[in-house]
Amino acid sequence: MSGHPGARGLVFNEKLIFEQGKEGRRGCDVHKTPFAEKDLSNAFNAKMLREDFSGLVEVSEVEAVRHFTHLSQWNYGIDSNFYPLGSCTMKYNPKVNEAACRMEGFTALHPLQDEETVQGAMQVIYELDRILCEITGMGAASLQPAAGAQGEFAGLLIIRKHLAERGNPRKKVILPDSAHGTNPASATLCDYASVGLHSGPDGLIDPAELEKVMDEETAAIMLTNPNTLGLFEKNIKDICEIVHKKGGYVYGDGANLNALLGKTRFGDMGIDTCHLNLHKTFSTPHGGGGPGSGPVLVTDELSRHLPLPRIEKTGDAYVFRHENPAGIGALNTWYGNFGIFLRAYVYILTMGAKGLGEVSDAAVLNANYILSKLRGYYHVPYDTTCMHECIVSDKVQSENHVTTLDIAKALIDRGFHPPTIYFPLIVKGAMMIEPTESESRETIDAFINAMLDIAEKAKSDPGSITAAPTIAKVKRLDETAAARKPNIRYKSS
Amino acid sequence: MLSIVGAASVEELFEVIPQSVRQAAPLNLPGPMGEQELLAHMRMIASKNTTVASRPCFLGAGAYNHFIPSAVDQLISRSEFYTAYTPYQPEISQGTLQAIYEFQSYVCALLGMDVANGSMYDGASALAEAVLMACRISKKNEIILSDLVHPRWRLVVQSYVQNRGIKLIETADHPHGRADASRIAEKITDNTAAVVVQSPNFFGNVEELSSIGELCRDKKILFVAGVAEAMSLGLLRPPGEFGADIVVGEGQSLGLSLSFGGPYIGLFATRDRYLRQMPGRISGRTVDKDGRPGYVLTLVAREQHIRREKATSNICTNQGLCALSVAVYLTLMGKEGLRETAKNNFHAANALKETLSGIDGIDPAFELPFFNEFTVNLPDSAHNAGRKLSKAGIIGGLDLSRFYPDMKNTMLFTATEMTTPQDIEKLAEALS
Repeated sequence: MSGHPGARGLVFNEKLIFEQGKEGRRGCDVHKTPFAEKDLSNAFNAKMLREDFSGLVEVSEVEAVRHFTHLSQWNYGIDSNFYPLGSCTMKYNPKVNEAACRMEGFTALHPLQDEETVQGAMQVIYELDRILCEITGMGAASLQPAAGAQGEFAGLLIIRKHLAERGNPRKKVILPDSAHGTNPASATLCDYASVGLHSGPDGLIDPAELEKVMDEETAAIMLTNPNTLGLFEKNIKDICEIVHKKGGYVYGDGANLNALLGKTRFGDMGIDTCHLNLHKTFSTPHGGGGPGSGPVLVTDELSRHLPLPRIEKTGDAYVFRHENPAGIGALNTWYGNFGIFLRAYVYILTMGAKGLGEVSDAAVLNANYILSKLRGYYHVPYDTTCMHECIVSDKVQSENHVTTLDIAKALIDRGFHPPTIYFPLIVKGAMMIEPTESESRETIDAFINAMLDIAEKAKSDPGSITAAPTIAKVKRLDETAAARKPNIRYKSS
Repeated sequence: MLSIVGAASVEELFEVIPQSVRQAAPLNLPGPMGEQELLAHMRMIASKNTTVASRPCFLGAGAYNHFIPSAVDQLISRSEFYTAYTPYQPEISQGTLQAIYEFQSYVCALLGMDVANGSMYDGASALAEAVLMACRISKKNEIILSDLVHPRWRLVVQSYVQNRGIKLIETADHPHGRADASRIAEKITDNTAAVVVQSPNFFGNVEELSSIGELCRDKKILFVAGVAEAMSLGLLRPPGEFGADIVVGEGQSLGLSLSFGGPYIGLFATRDRYLRQMPGRISGRTVDKDGRPGYVLTLVAREQHIRREKATSNICTNQGLCALSVAVYLTLMGKEGLRETAKNNFHAANALKETLSGIDGIDPAFELPFFNEFTVNLPDSAHNAGRKLSKAGIIGGLDLSRFYPDMKNTMLFTATEMTTPQDIEKLAEALS
């Protein structure tokens, strides 16, 4: 496949670590204890002591390093190439973030240390809290939730607590049919039934439809803006008014904030509580599935319900506040993913207000550029200006029995991570493409090139597309068998 | 690009945003800063912190100062690991997927259980999810919870279940230093879904898991165990070997720095028969169409993106890179490394306890088996002792009255393989 970035290369087979090593090998030394080695049988009865160590390994440091190095070489990260996963905001992870968060003055702090010994750490949390409030136009925040889903859960708990204080927590939450799966799952955790709201033909929430569904047993609407179709909910103010009029609250899923930085703020739209994903908008690394961070932000009205502890400033000193009977409790053992806060904080300081504004400019321009170039080759379900992500579908290609899945796999062979596929559910065969602001014109053009090549091959040689991928470490995997007879841990035979 | 898009300016692309919600003023934010200035700024903030590396530290209570071999950070800094996301496209994520499978295998082995997931946010939320799972499986809604389970874990459980009609009933174990099967039995009703204990418990004492396991088996209730100090698994028989149905843990001790409380990692394991009720991501082994072995996210029908409001949990992003850190750490440490380090934790704590007991007015609060933490009664308040230690340049143990208001004179002391004889001498001097 000449002209596309993907190439063949030497990678290594690598067994499970449990299938490797030899008795007596060690991957690191252990400092000899300077203390007396007392007889354990005096301190513990035999029943208490571990006997089975068979699940651990005996490999050398070289074996261990090669093992994980080989594993890493089978992976594709943002540092490999373009990663247009819609709704995930796979922007470049700046290395200065990594340097800053590894300073011993941050890593070697115990969460229970006296306040006066951790003023620097508390300063970071406090300042980031205020910064995120400024960016979103909200009154107060908690950085405690460990990921977006936990942030959503916190937001709903806050709404429920507030309503319960007023005599009726209510029973339902309205969700547009384009909602991310964590939204209804979070609603269930709060004992709310999810009520679906069909998007209009333009892909947006129709205020008239909402008016019909909204009632005094509805606690909230959970919406995303821009929504998961990549479209700005232009009636957002009306939407908020309709919900507020019946005493409900508006929850904003902040996953798509990359489109709005410096342009509009959730607080100004009338949103009462929202979460952010530091691992999306704020460049902290995705880590192969975390750790992320999902701060929850609220209006002043709801701020008394934030989880504990809070960090406050009295004079020049930062202090913890541990008491709050009106609060929802706590969702994290300590203060949240502090190591992640550091990275987000450094990113924001790197960019400044002007830089963040340029982020949304570039993100939105890049997505619209891709949409313009793919139009005519791929079906575009909502043919309008998009925000930071655009959606195409496999409608044209499926006439030749080439599906979104096939297209995704064919992109792999050309050296690209596929976009998000089959989400949102309301678009059949959806491919959600979010380029982010990090990418150069050349990279985006190379991606478009690959997509056009695939569209062409879908007509002239569909077999080559359905056979993909062929140059990755493995070909398509049998997911059905994996679920039917789950093998999810090593067992020595 | 604009001409291809058909817009005269970038601003035109934002016209869809009504003026009524457009920002009136630019954001008021610090920056921008170049790298040189920024790193100097961060160094300055970092210097306002006193680290556990700079003075003796006797804090534990759910976060532990352990040695992390240099290779761990080197390996997790490989950008193919840390700049990748959830392995939705398995063909180009085999590194992540095999690493998670290895992590799951390690968790099963350490906790003595059949199956484990690819991580939860931390021990506290893992326990909350275990409680929800126990209620789902048993279709009952009462949980008996020892008050020697970590207080922050209990608070998080309470926060998670507050709207689910689940009743948390605490056993008053803290005056005794340990949970007890008879005190648990008193609280059992027809609605009891599960019993929850932590071992070693918050006071550092090892629980009698065999008697608790037996009680649960007899009464046909689920046995949920938590492990806050994962290093203890290198010395102590795991809860799985005492019949636990669900075991959760905090994995921070296995290769994650203290990092002022996060990111940490929740361990979650259960029995084969409850596999489909287990929350969280799972990596499973399979083959590709050429018969080559490979790994995929599996049993996804449990998860939020498929089951939505009926999902086992709302969890999406978990603690992937932390799981990798744990797998790397355990691989480097190996059988003997973990075993020896765990023993060294006990020897250090034992020496610490003997020294403290030798000081006039200081006595161990309980004579019970412990791993690397224990509580002592002081002649004066723990608060004052803490102030004294702080002035002497020591990070003292935890003032227990912070979580147990009736224990004003009791302090929780922790030692690990990082504790030196000089640390203990200095401590003894300051307290004498």
